[in-house]
Amino acid sequence: MLSNRFWRGATYGLLLVIIIWQALAWLLKIPIIPPPLAVLTNLIEIFADKMGLHLLYSLGRIIAGISIAILIGVPTGLLMGYFERIDKVLSPLVYFTYPIPKIALLPIIMLLFGLGEGSKLIMIVLIVIFQIIITSRDAVKAIPQDIFRSLQSLGAGRLQMFTEIIIPASLADVLTATRLALGTAVSILFFTETFGTEYGMGYFIMDAWMRVNYLDMYGGIVILSLMGFVLFTVIDITEKRVSAWR
Amino acid sequence: MIEVKDLTVHYYREKEAIPALRQVNINIGTGDIYTFIGPSGCGKSTFLYVLSGILKDYEGSVRIDGRPVDPKSQRIGLILQNYGLLPWKNVYANTMLGLKIKNDQKFLDDHCHALLKQLGIDHLLDRFPKELSGGQQQRVAIARAFMLKPDLLLMDEPFSALDAITREELQEVFLNLWKENNVTTVFITHSVDEALYLGSKIVVFSPSPGRILDVLDNPCFQMENLRSSEKYYDMSMRIRKILNKG
Ligand SMILES: Nc1ncnc2c1ncn2[C@@H]1O[C@H](COP(=O)(O)OP(=O)(O)OP(=O)(O)O)[C@@H](O)[C@H]1O
Ligand SMILES: [Mg+2]
Repeated sequence: MLSNRFWRGATYGLLLVIIIWQALAWLLKIPIIPPPLAVLTNLIEIFADKMGLHLLYSLGRIIAGISIAILIGVPTGLLMGYFERIDKVLSPLVYFTYPIPKIALLPIIMLLFGLGEGSKLIMIVLIVIFQIIITSRDAVKAIPQDIFRSLQSLGAGRLQMFTEIIIPASLADVLTATRLALGTAVSILFFTETFGTEYGMGYFIMDAWMRVNYLDMYGGIVILSLMGFVLFTVIDITEKRVSAWR
Repeated sequence: MIEVKDLTVHYYREKEAIPALRQVNINIGTGDIYTFIGPSGCGKSTFLYVLSGILKDYEGSVRIDGRPVDPKSQRIGLILQNYGLLPWKNVYANTMLGLKIKNDQKFLDDHCHALLKQLGIDHLLDRFPKELSGGQQQRVAIARAFMLKPDLLLMDEPFSALDAITREELQEVFLNLWKENNVTTVFITHSVDEALYLGSKIVVFSPSPGRILDVLDNPCFQMENLRSSEKYYDMSMRIRKILNKG
């Protein structure tokens, strides 16, 4: 479980944001900054029948994106780490594409895959996958030779090398990489949800903005932030659990 | 019985061949314990990797009980200087590892529990390696090796990372276990004292590339108050002389 320090930090952070927000609302008295309490009351009112579905869409997209990235990225990275030859072939490719700002690829992805779900998923996968590939590869390379040797001398096969050593050794690092990539993934998600769909928090927020419904818009922003925070925390807890041995 | 005939090993870096062992010939009888001593870099670990089936690229022949080395069918207990424990498994899972890979049993039986007790680690079963002292980690590695009921025990400077007091403690614990189990053992060390205390025969290696300089019968083996006897002093001078001449 997460430490008290984490929760205390999160609570202070939340309080600070609310205080600044409230202060700004009082000082400026303009409709574009409604007071937090009004936003919260409105949120409670609209959440169930106006916003919930949008949240589910966003959540589904991001979870699907991250899962695909893990399902493809982890095996690729592990194989690269274990087999020198695969690494030699794939590394240049990964290093070449890794530093490209993925958002720059968005027009190409849209041209190739259209405006629908496919493009949105591909963008999230592209953001997260390189970090996962590189992290899992490096995690395998960092395993001391002696650990492999003791298993070899027991007559372990390739499969057992993966299940006993390679996967457990890299699991914690993979989760760290996912957690680090999550922030970017959520902002890209927001961006891709502003076109080609009528569902998702990105759509909801932009739509509220167009309708000049600032209460709804702020509610959407709050929920989107909360979603990011919850995902972050879930990964963090899992990470702590699987890396108890460190 | 281990028969090593004309064993020569090279390491290859790019196209350069680095000799590590040259023309090693030795027979080790079943149930014997041989200590191998030699200067750093002379190829002692290399010799052990060949015997344990980790290194397969060599010239000459190595046979264990008349058959070529095969960690899948033979039971080889390997104990390394850095213990070779899996950091993500607790003591219980680490000691079980050999049995799990050999597919022997899913739980510790009475023999295993007695062994853990004898090694004084039966109260540490749910600890991770990082939560143990060096001496305790090495006890876990010893437990893992003996639980296998190995045909062959290979030890690569297992105690050299430990402080003097812990080292002598573990040498005694190990020797007692060895007497009860009577397993053919190759024990590598760089300490003349350890070679004399633990070896029924002592094999002296030349500097790199390693050759066998001499195989000595050890009259001090299993002697009471060994370290204060005259024989101990004589033998230790003899070994030092051979080592110095190279
Ligand atoms: N992977 C490798 N590639 C090239 N040379 C190697 C490799 N591993 C070992 N060597 C060389 O082979 C020789 C024997 O190495 P080895 O590790 O067997 O020595 P050692 O007797 O165990 O030394 P120490 O007492 O320091 O452990 C050394 O000279 C070393 O430099
Ligand atoms: Mg060595």
